[in-house]
Amino acid sequence: MTERITDEIIEYVGILAKLELSGEEKKQAKQDMTRMLDYMDKLNELDTDGVEPMSHVFPVSNVFREDVIVEEEAEILANAPAKKDGCFMVPKSV
Amino acid sequence: MELMQLTAVALGKKLKAREVSVREAVEAAYKQMDSVEEMLHSFVTTDKDAALKRADQVQSLMMEGKLTGPLAGVPVAVKDNICTKGFPTTCSSKILEGFMPPYTAEAVNRLLQAGAVVIGKTNMDEFAMGSTTETSAYGITRNPWNTAHVPGGSSGGSCTAVAAEECSFALGSDTGGSIRQPSSFCGVTGLKPTYGTVSRYGLIAYGSSLDQIGPIAKDVTDCATILDVIAAHDSKDSTSVKREHYDFTSALMDDVEGLRIGIPRDYFIDGLDHEVKRAVLFVAEELRKKGAVVEEFDLSLVEYAIPAYYIIASAEASSNLARFDGVKYGYRAKEYEGLHDMYKKTRSEGFGQEVKRRILLGSFVLSSGYYDAYYIKALKTKALIKQAFDKAFGHYDILLAPAAPTTAPEIGRSLSDPMQMYLGDIYTISANLAGIPGISVPCGTDSKGLPIGVQLLGDCFQEKTIIRAAYAFEQTRGYQRCPLCEKGVSRVEETI
Repeated sequence: MTERITDEIIEYVGILAKLELSGEEKKQAKQDMTRMLDYMDKLNELDTDGVEPMSHVFPVSNVFREDVIVEEEAEILANAPAKKDGCFMVPKSV
Repeated sequence: MELMQLTAVALGKKLKAREVSVREAVEAAYKQMDSVEEMLHSFVTTDKDAALKRADQVQSLMMEGKLTGPLAGVPVAVKDNICTKGFPTTCSSKILEGFMPPYTAEAVNRLLQAGAVVIGKTNMDEFAMGSTTETSAYGITRNPWNTAHVPGGSSGGSCTAVAAEECSFALGSDTGGSIRQPSSFCGVTGLKPTYGTVSRYGLIAYGSSLDQIGPIAKDVTDCATILDVIAAHDSKDSTSVKREHYDFTSALMDDVEGLRIGIPRDYFIDGLDHEVKRAVLFVAEELRKKGAVVEEFDLSLVEYAIPAYYIIASAEASSNLARFDGVKYGYRAKEYEGLHDMYKKTRSEGFGQEVKRRILLGSFVLSSGYYDAYYIKALKTKALIKQAFDKAFGHYDILLAPAAPTTAPEIGRSLSDPMQMYLGDIYTISANLAGIPGISVPCGTDSKGLPIGVQLLGDCFQEKTIIRAAYAFEQTRGYQRCPLCEKGVSRVEETI
């Protein structure tokens, strides 16, 4: 039987999730995800043809307002692990 | 006088009548914490000096007649995923260790405007992902009814703090039952409002389309009173709903004459503990005696709620938690090579196992090639579940169900089998998918002495109907304190 969740899928999902998994964690994730997806297959019993996917229970639409700055820059930056000249500082990326 | 034994409303009356000072109330809360925190660990962070300072300010405002509401001066505990300016907010995660929110959540702001005094932030499952408060990065919380058992989750700290009389009331959040299930396990009353009723501004998001903040307290009167204060339209939350009526306390009537109550037959199935079943059906009988019309019916689709929920919640979580990357706040890995490595190491070191599990699952169901098969399928299932509730509320005013299939499990039993833990959410999860309000009210104890909660569900915007039914039932029973408080730990300690 072919594996439902292959090592390649775990690798790919890890990249999407920006998570670095150890060998043991990958094994566990493979096992957990397979088990959960097997259970989620239950939804396939349901005939959902013609059913509109419902993301929100109430008809909501975009709400617009003026973008007014209410928090102080210093307060926003206070939590940054690294900062410089009023900016968030990150490792060199280019 | 045992101030913390009082309900929030009863304490509020004494404060208003100047029988006690706000400082005395806050000191009473801290005194109780001093005697039980070591045993229970309801709180992640407390700040006595700040709370006492605030108490004196509130007292002055009360003296000046500027604060006259029912919660003025009353000590409140806030779940640690709700932002409080100048007070650490961690979501019980290592990744938010030391995070000081630059703003306060709207729900807390409204409590502050009403004069409540925040005494601390309560423990929870990391990012509200869990049903036992065992996934907290800062240690577990214990059930005050029996410390070998979990308090439930994810608002386990808030429910424990209320049950153990460390605060007068608390705020929790409910994405799949996180207010109602721990309320049931801890013998307190917890209400999840209709989606959009309480602003989510400042609530650190888990599943944005499901999350709601709600009150946890000793009784229904407190919950209605707190909801009156925290429920309001907020332009800072784009899903906030502008409701026509908010006066929830007007529903506190011992009158269920003619109320149509539906009992979903498909909720009373295998896996439901017989003692829980008996206690919950007893509530139906009590309400019938008071004039309600009780009927059994088939809700349908019950077994599809859990898979649909875990797909939707995990998908939203994987997106919402993308913001924790070690740049703007919280934890950053110490060693890394370049930006991407920093992201990955920060997140891998900062998130706990259950959070990673849900982020991975969420990333998978949203990924190209699987999106339609899982995520869209779940949203279609959600539409069908909503239709099933619409149909049910065409016949009944409220639905009556257990809050959880069992009483509180022993510590250490749930995390080894996450699937089993997810199945425990069967009675609470649908309300979040359908957006409807639900309340859990204590209705008895099992043979081990652990509390059982009954859950009353109403149609969207029908909080008043469930408040009325819950209040009517409560009149037959009254509040039962946990043995820890009944025996009076604080008094025992005073004599040592």
